Amino acid sequence: MFSPTDDPGPNFAELLRRVGLEPPTPRSSLEGTLTVTHGTTCVAVRFADGVIMAGDRRATSGNLISHRAIEKIFAADRHSGVAIAGAAGPAMDMVKLFQLQLEHYEKVEASALSLEGKANQLSAMVRNNLPAAMQGLAVVPLFAGFDLARGNGRLFQYDVTGGRYEESNFASTGSGSMHAGTVIKLGFREGMSREDTLDLAINALFTAADDDSATGGPDIVRGIYPTMATITANGFDRVPDAEVADRFNALIEVLAAREATNPQRLPETTSDHGGLQP
Amino acid sequence: MSMPFYVAPEQVMKDRADYARKGIARGRSLAAVVYDEGILICAENPSSTLRKISEIYDRIAFAGVGKYNEFDQLRIAGVRAADLKGYAYSREDVDARSLANQYASILGQVFTHEMKPMEVEILVAEVGRTKADDRLFHILYDGTVMDEDGSTVLGGESEAINARLTEAFNDQLDLAGALKAAVGALAGPDRTLTPGELEAAVLERTDARRAFRRLEEDERTELLA
Repeated sequence: MFSPTDDPGPNFAELLRRVGLEPPTPRSSLEGTLTVTHGTTCVAVRFADGVIMAGDRRATSGNLISHRAIEKIFAADRHSGVAIAGAAGPAMDMVKLFQLQLEHYEKVEASALSLEGKANQLSAMVRNNLPAAMQGLAVVPLFAGFDLARGNGRLFQYDVTGGRYEESNFASTGSGSMHAGTVIKLGFREGMSREDTLDLAINALFTAADDDSATGGPDIVRGIYPTMATITANGFDRVPDAEVADRFNALIEVLAAREATNPQRLPETTSDHGGLQP
Repeated sequence: MSMPFYVAPEQVMKDRADYARKGIARGRSLAAVVYDEGILICAENPSSTLRKISEIYDRIAFAGVGKYNEFDQLRIAGVRAADLKGYAYSREDVDARSLANQYASILGQVFTHEMKPMEVEILVAEVGRTKADDRLFHILYDGTVMDEDGSTVLGGESEAINARLTEAFNDQLDLAGALKAAVGALAGPDRTLTPGELEAAVLERTDARRAFRRLEEDERTELLA
């Protein structure tokens, strides 16, 4: 027990520091010496009833795929979720600590933090990770949740320094975020339904995987599909894998039908001259 | 130099115990009952914000009677110990028995070494996957731990209340039955307690990670009807 003037209060990270369980920061750069596992593209989109979060399942170490079914979308608590991109190890640890911090606060204070308070808490964690980020272990999360006080979904983007930017409609992070973000930007409409928003997020992830080698597409052979979740007044809900698979397959059908049936469409493989037309 | 008077250690301990018991007896009592789907903890508490019963971990609850600031300090120490253990090892490794031992050693230490003992009695309850795995640890102001079976009562008139509760208790109770038994025992033959004067919470035997749930006034009214 701590004396009243020296009490860490509901702050779990501070408590960890006091008892010496805080993870250490590497002292020199890891780049070029060790390969670190990285996770990639995640998106969050606001819709009529709240927010949808989605993330691909691939983790890479340099140019190798180190994991095919990693999870990047997590429930932070009942009414919020966090998505991660960046060095996978520190990112997972940050999520674990963030989840614990929210629950710890709720139990010690006997009331949950406001959504804004949770977003600021995550910002402090990202900022604390800055020394590690300088050594090549950057973590850039997305945070989204249903604000019970305001009655709507809200989403927040971060940068490596802990900068916190609230976005009004959508946000994306990770190596494929540019491609995914563009798809959502073009397809976003105010007050979309759950189904339309899921399809838009699926389209965004598919496009990111199509153009970014570090983002995983749907793995039909192994039945691995991106993780998706909705956050509404009823809380954080994982979208069932079967539903995600059906929606992906529907998209693939549409895209396959759109490809022209012109035999000349891939000249370098259909010609007899190795692609060099006479 | 003045010499302090010699006081026999038996007398010192007896005085401290009397002091603690008197402090505890000033507050209202609390009862815990195992029912078919979990554990019910019910206290007489007119305040709806200053809680006697709270959540410690996924399947563990805490309840205290006596001096509010003292058992609240113990509650927070328990949340910290549990969250730290779960972070360092795994969530499954956090259990009521080890928490009860930690509480016992804090209370025992304070009882023998500090100026005044803590005027509290606490309960650490854990709901198991089956009824046989349910745990109720009742810890006294001096660090005595009792592993209770089925039901227990904390506080001033615990003997009389316990006698009434044991009579009303059986191992087939449902939630409504358990609440009625607990409230009847706390009230005694000459009083009736309204749902507004109670605080109640349950640890439910479900698959959900967090088993703790408070019973709000409407639900208490419905269950007692």
